[in-house]
Amino acid sequence: MSGCLAVWRKELVVYFSTPIFYLTGTFFLLLGGYFFFSNVAYYNLLSLQASQNPYLASQLNALQMVFRPLFGTLAVVFLFLVPLVTMRLFAEEKRAGTAELLFTYPLTDWGVILGKFLAALLIYGLLLAVTLIYALLMAWITTIDWGQIFTGYLGLFLLGAAFLALGLFSSTLTENQIIAAVISFGLLLLFWVIGWYEELGPLGWQGFFKYISLMSHFETFSRGIIDTRDLLYYFMVIYFFLFLTKRQLESRRWRG
Amino acid sequence: MIEIQDLTKYYGSTLAIWRLNFAIADGEIVGFLGPNAAGKTTTLKILAGYMPPTSGTATINGYDCLTQPLEVRGSLGYLPENVPLYRDLEVSQFLRFAAQAKGVDSRKQKPEIDRVLADCGLENVRHTLIASLSKGYRQRLGLAQALLNRPPLLILDEPTIGLDPSQIVEIRQLIKELAGEHTVFLSTHILPEVSQLCRRVIIINRGQIVASDTPANLTRELGESSRLAMVIKGPEDKIVATLKALSGIKEVTARGNGHYLLEVEKGQELRPTLARQVVQAGWELLELKAQEFTLEDVFLNLVTEESEAEDKAA
Repeated sequence: MSGCLAVWRKELVVYFSTPIFYLTGTFFLLLGGYFFFSNVAYYNLLSLQASQNPYLASQLNALQMVFRPLFGTLAVVFLFLVPLVTMRLFAEEKRAGTAELLFTYPLTDWGVILGKFLAALLIYGLLLAVTLIYALLMAWITTIDWGQIFTGYLGLFLLGAAFLALGLFSSTLTENQIIAAVISFGLLLLFWVIGWYEELGPLGWQGFFKYISLMSHFETFSRGIIDTRDLLYYFMVIYFFLFLTKRQLESRRWRG
Repeated sequence: MIEIQDLTKYYGSTLAIWRLNFAIADGEIVGFLGPNAAGKTTTLKILAGYMPPTSGTATINGYDCLTQPLEVRGSLGYLPENVPLYRDLEVSQFLRFAAQAKGVDSRKQKPEIDRVLADCGLENVRHTLIASLSKGYRQRLGLAQALLNRPPLLILDEPTIGLDPSQIVEIRQLIKELAGEHTVFLSTHILPEVSQLCRRVIIINRGQIVASDTPANLTRELGESSRLAMVIKGPEDKIVATLKALSGIKEVTARGNGHYLLEVEKGQELRPTLARQVVQAGWELLELKAQEFTLEDVFLNLVTEESEAEDKAA
């Protein structure tokens, strides 16, 4: 694990000194704010109607009607933005030739991989943490169940970590950042939608497709439920892609 | 310090280096000389543990470059060709990263960075973004990162390429100063650099070693088929005829303007005889000197001999 800290710090300095982080952050918060606002506005509208409709009033729930859809949309926004956060990580090292420095310093492959992954994870965590403002705003006007909110955030965090691991792997495949972003975006989208048509999949495989879909596991978190199966799924996906990254880096040794 | 045995590397089906064998002792400064695409960079990349050889072994300090990469990397400072650097970082940020990556103790990082900044003359660009550094500063920064943590071995791939003459002098001076505490293995295709810096030269061509010796020995060896240069005032045709008639002279070429080049048989001292002849004939002797061979002659000789031999074989 030697050098993990060094790589982590270097990546953070690069993130904070290049525009990509600020741009990504700006657009993420812009979109997140817009979705939060529209969800609240819609909730507001329903509340007005509920004043004449006792049945509707009994169904109103701020968390279910504002935060659950919000988590879903934020996840989709991350689907678009995460490839932009990860595309640079290995591709740029290769393009600029700095890989030759990085891999001739006494660092282990795992040190480099984890350093980069954890730096991207911190960036992601920061963006996510800013959206806690929405929850605070809601808490100011109504009472909310913080447990459910944090479960949703835990889900988003794990989902994002899985996205990042996949993006990191894509970045090792090429020295072109754009291509790295396209590959990770394509793979993410595929893993996102693969569970949609579960009933149409080949017999005996429907459950499998549903299981490997990134979205189906996120669903339970956004409802406020922590299921160890879902935790395990995300940890497995993260480990799987970090492991592929490691193999990809090693391959330069036997391919030469 | 370095030991290379039967080192061979193919890129696909293209041969880069073929069965290299050499060793470098502690404290030596060795130049690795060869034309472009001779296999210099390939050899250095293998030594630095960045690339595996196709076959053969390379060891540094007794550690195998392939199977013990961490130990190898820990004992060397490497300046890659073209000096790749993190353009988005400041000089001091980059050096801090390099120091951490090389495992410099956190309390010693600051003094260590200050030391290499001072050694490489980088103090006044400490907080400059690397992207906006000039080529000369980048080269020095590349050297500075290699020097961090005082590695016993420095591997420098063309350390002076692309610099202006005064910067080249500075970098060479710096490398000379390093000689005391480090073993230095540097590649170059600039010949005077080698004769100025190195105690030993390894010449490589088309992936094979064609010579390995001190610069002085290499030039002496070639110098044995001695040549003399003369400047004489007088009738050219007569001078050529007279000099040719002397015993021990193989060839006389008039190069115009009173300049003559004489090929003399090895081991003969003909200068007194020549001087007497010229004076007796009533011409004026303006200059007479043994033609010195430079490393350049040695290099061209070795490299062209090699390809001629190959052409004949084919």
